[in-house]
Amino acid sequence: MITNFFEGMGAYVLLMTKVFRRPDRWRLFMRSLVQEIRLLGLDSISIVVILSVFMGAVVTIQTAFQLSDDPLIPTYYIAMATRESITLEFSPTVVSLILAGKVGSNIASSLGTMRVSEQIDALEIMGVNSASFLILPKVAALVLFNPVLIILSLFLGLWGGAMAGDLLGLVPFQESIMGYRLEYIVFENAIYGLIKATAFAFIIGSVSAYSGYSVKGGAVEVGIASTNAVVRSCLAIILANYLLTDLILTS
Amino acid sequence: MIQAKGIVKSFGENHVLKGIDVDFIQGQTNLIIGRSGSGKTVFLKTILGLFEPDQGSIHYGNEVLGEMTKARRKTLRQEIGMVFQGGALFDSMTVAENIRFPLEMFAAMTEQEKDERVKFVMDRVRLDGAADKFPSEISGGMQKRVAIGRAISMNPKYLFCDEPNSGLDPETAIVIDQLIQELTHEFNMTTIVNTHDMNSVLEIGDHVIFMKEGHKVWEGTNSEVLGSTNADVEDYVFKSKLFKQVRQAFRK
Repeated sequence: MITNFFEGMGAYVLLMTKVFRRPDRWRLFMRSLVQEIRLLGLDSISIVVILSVFMGAVVTIQTAFQLSDDPLIPTYYIAMATRESITLEFSPTVVSLILAGKVGSNIASSLGTMRVSEQIDALEIMGVNSASFLILPKVAALVLFNPVLIILSLFLGLWGGAMAGDLLGLVPFQESIMGYRLEYIVFENAIYGLIKATAFAFIIGSVSAYSGYSVKGGAVEVGIASTNAVVRSCLAIILANYLLTDLILTS
Repeated sequence: MIQAKGIVKSFGENHVLKGIDVDFIQGQTNLIIGRSGSGKTVFLKTILGLFEPDQGSIHYGNEVLGEMTKARRKTLRQEIGMVFQGGALFDSMTVAENIRFPLEMFAAMTEQEKDERVKFVMDRVRLDGAADKFPSEISGGMQKRVAIGRAISMNPKYLFCDEPNSGLDPETAIVIDQLIQELTHEFNMTTIVNTHDMNSVLEIGDHVIFMKEGHKVWEGTNSEVLGSTNADVEDYVFKSKLFKQVRQAFRK
């Protein structure tokens, strides 16, 4: 098992050295990039919207439930705690984990199908660097667009939290806004989340692409690769989350 | 012309190719035939450079494949057209986009020249009216013609076909065979076809190579196949009643 892990890591690194090459044709690369942004980014907006609004609402309710017993704590502190949870962890990490499921399986299954139907072999025989041609636009699209999704998630999460707090009578809307603005530090709250979002986007794109690109066999193996892509991406995100949190907050 | 000299290839303890010498002749359809597991596909992939031979060498004209620089190998690939068994068409692209793809990647042409080339190729492989269709919307025979069109769009010197007739009805298979042979003669390509189909052998086999257990055991023309007294060839070619009758008729 350990040997397999290191063999897999080696194959992943070798694949990435093939991926990050100058595209043969910039025009085709840009066309692919736009298509991938639409497919992997824009098509994910609806799930991000729904997830973020309800995530914000639940975090507010949970926080209010924990803090409302103490009458000395002002209610806007509930909003402040919600903001910290959403901007530092929930938006970048949970949204990326959900996207690892949606986007990761899409990438792995599309590349896996291209592999088993010999479309990747056809590219190689033509002299095209298939790894760079197919994978680079996907990774680039995710790295560019995932931060946009995370910013969207961040605002919608906070809005969902404020709305839920107001509707349920836990925190008045104006006090939520006050709490969100209290002791707000741009780096800790926003930049930190965006650094994570960018790193997680790279993980989702590259790990899923590796799973799909290295498929051998047929339809069953494509299915296994799709599952592996999601599992590996999620594990890598969780590990990277720990490392990044430690690295950024303690440095 | 492509030459294979003393090709040996093994995968671990599995010795697949055991010293093959063949000259593939320019302007002719060179057919590799043999049973499943005889090493045909490995041989084809070795000629293409997808596998490195353990011993021996592949010669494209006066150049040795194993001694070519990376840059030269890349340009060589642009001189090669390949028709895969399943077509291997890009399913997110239309028929016209599939044929245009190699031109977009490598050709130093204006957009108008590319349009004209695509039109010429589509006419040549008889794909009128299918330009805007996706591979999933056309028949198996048409998919094979698109694959042939894509393979010849860069006007290659070498054409490789891996079982181009598999999954086709006999009538369509003959159309595909004839198309491959016409294009080979018309563009003076060195064409190598990997096939099981005896109809193809008789129809277009300008030069036939019979492989068995990693060895080349016989070579000749399609007409010589029918008169062959080689026991392995007889055993393979004349297994069916139909071909036994064909041989009897041929020998009379």
